[in-house]
Amino acid sequence: MTAVTEGTAAEAAMETTADGRQAAFDAAVAADERIEPRDWMPDAYRATLVRQMAQHAHSEIIGMQPEANWITRAPSLRRKAILMAKVQDEAGHGLYLYSAAETLGTGRDELLDKLHSGRQKYSSIFNYPTLTWADVGAIGWLVDGAAITNQVPLCRCSYGPYARAMVRVCKEESFHQRQGYELLLALSGGTPAQHEMAQDAVDRWWWPSLMMFGPPDDESAHSAQSMTWKIKRHSNDELRQRFVDICVPQAEVLGLTLPDPDLRWNEERGRHDFGAIDWTEFHEVLKGNGPCNEQRITQRRRAHEEGAWVREAAASYAAKHRPVPGGGPAPGESARAGTALGESTRMEATA
Amino acid sequence: MNGAPTDDARDVRTTAAALALGDDALILSHRLGEWAGHAPALEEEVALANIALDLLGQARILLSLAGDEDELAYLRDERHFRNLQLVEQPNGDFAHTIARQLYFSTYQLALYRQLVAGDSAFGALAAKAVKEVAYHQDHAEHWTLRLGDGTPESHRRMSRACETLWRFTGELFQPVEGLDIDWAALEEGWLTSVTDVLERATLGLPQGPRTGAWTAGAGRQGLHTEPFGPMIAEMQHLHRSHPGASW
Repeated sequence: MTAVTEGTAAEAAMETTADGRQAAFDAAVAADERIEPRDWMPDAYRATLVRQMAQHAHSEIIGMQPEANWITRAPSLRRKAILMAKVQDEAGHGLYLYSAAETLGTGRDELLDKLHSGRQKYSSIFNYPTLTWADVGAIGWLVDGAAITNQVPLCRCSYGPYARAMVRVCKEESFHQRQGYELLLALSGGTPAQHEMAQDAVDRWWWPSLMMFGPPDDESAHSAQSMTWKIKRHSNDELRQRFVDICVPQAEVLGLTLPDPDLRWNEERGRHDFGAIDWTEFHEVLKGNGPCNEQRITQRRRAHEEGAWVREAAASYAAKHRPVPGGGPAPGESARAGTALGESTRMEATA
Repeated sequence: MNGAPTDDARDVRTTAAALALGDDALILSHRLGEWAGHAPALEEEVALANIALDLLGQARILLSLAGDEDELAYLRDERHFRNLQLVEQPNGDFAHTIARQLYFSTYQLALYRQLVAGDSAFGALAAKAVKEVAYHQDHAEHWTLRLGDGTPESHRRMSRACETLWRFTGELFQPVEGLDIDWAALEEGWLTSVTDVLERATLGLPQGPRTGAWTAGAGRQGLHTEPFGPMIAEMQHLHRSHPGASW
């Protein structure tokens, strides 16, 4: 919020009162200015952003699992390199996003605890399994495609660090999407078995991808306030429609069908009509009854617990070798590898 | 230049060396790729994947010098792989992975430095790879220091890992056909470097033998350890299930 540094004395005085600060915040958001970490902001705005950035970060790191499932079986060295780089990018996105959340005073350890204890969520799409190699392509095309549709508007989000992190994330996501699409194109034009594999994957991932945009507008709990705050720019249904319209011609080029008998062009609306989404399934997966909820969170917890001794060693070593007169660990020093190891990435993401 | 027979002989030697170095990179990359989603911290997800990608890039160039990269990676049987047994060893805990990285990256760095200076077919590759490998060695060294001189538990784990993998290090210095390398100097440099790192990490140099009783140099001759079979079965399964398909 640049207004703070540029403000007149009268404005500065006004900002010392609660009403004045709220008014300055509202004015900055209305004027499409960025809110920065040291700016005053309503508690609810802060909480909403931390929740959303955390959920986004968690989705990146949980999202590594279904794709990492295929790294060791990738069918060519070129595909293996692409997939490893993609999974690595997701870890990097997790780092930017945890760092962006940290600018609001909530550290990575605390957010990971909330993920591991089920108090914070990640995108439900990752509770579906990757059963064949073609699923890697379907995730790239559809899941990353849906994510991009959701995230491109976030590059203009009112909170500066989140918006800037998203610029970088979106660039990488669009690579991933093209790579996924190209993978499916190769399969679709390959042997009959490969074509069948590609169609099966699209059949399984299409509907869950549409659910990624969240519940219909009239049932979306956080939408209205987030729109006012310019954290969110478009409604769930609007983004979902945009995604469907983008995918239909792409599916035709792929030579694959989308599994929706009601999908057709509506001349009057100038958009595609599509069938009803099974929201019962959506809510069931969200509640924890998806095919992989238990597996994903168990693997995440195990990696974290089995890595505890490594993070403790890094912290202990850093404390022993800290070049400070008097030396020794600071009181209350916690074992946080993030502090020792993540500094450069963190600064990059929040600079 | 001196007629067909000499060129052929040179090709055979280049192919043999490309397979040895390429398989090292390919197999270690695969093992590191198994960490994805399991690393002890997010920074290490990024770092291990980065190293795996560097190695995979090297493997693709090297195998392409010997033939078709995918045919070589996916259609050879276990006995035809020429990698060191060290690189095929399972990840174990993070300490085992770091010990394997320390031993191998120190070796690879010294080897590539000699190749940069020489006039073999590998000079250009080595010139690029040596920068990557210097980072791998640095990563392994710093983690060896942290784990060795971290907590009592990390010290115990790192010590055990260094000892367990020690008997796979003798093989590193078996001459590879087609490489003009001063192997004695390579071994001496390697020992000096590893000893220095382990001492600074408050870990002693392991005392056990550096080769198994009958397996000296075995990986280079296609004799591997039991964990290698399941590893390449997983790696090759999909490719082999669709003969002739393109991906």
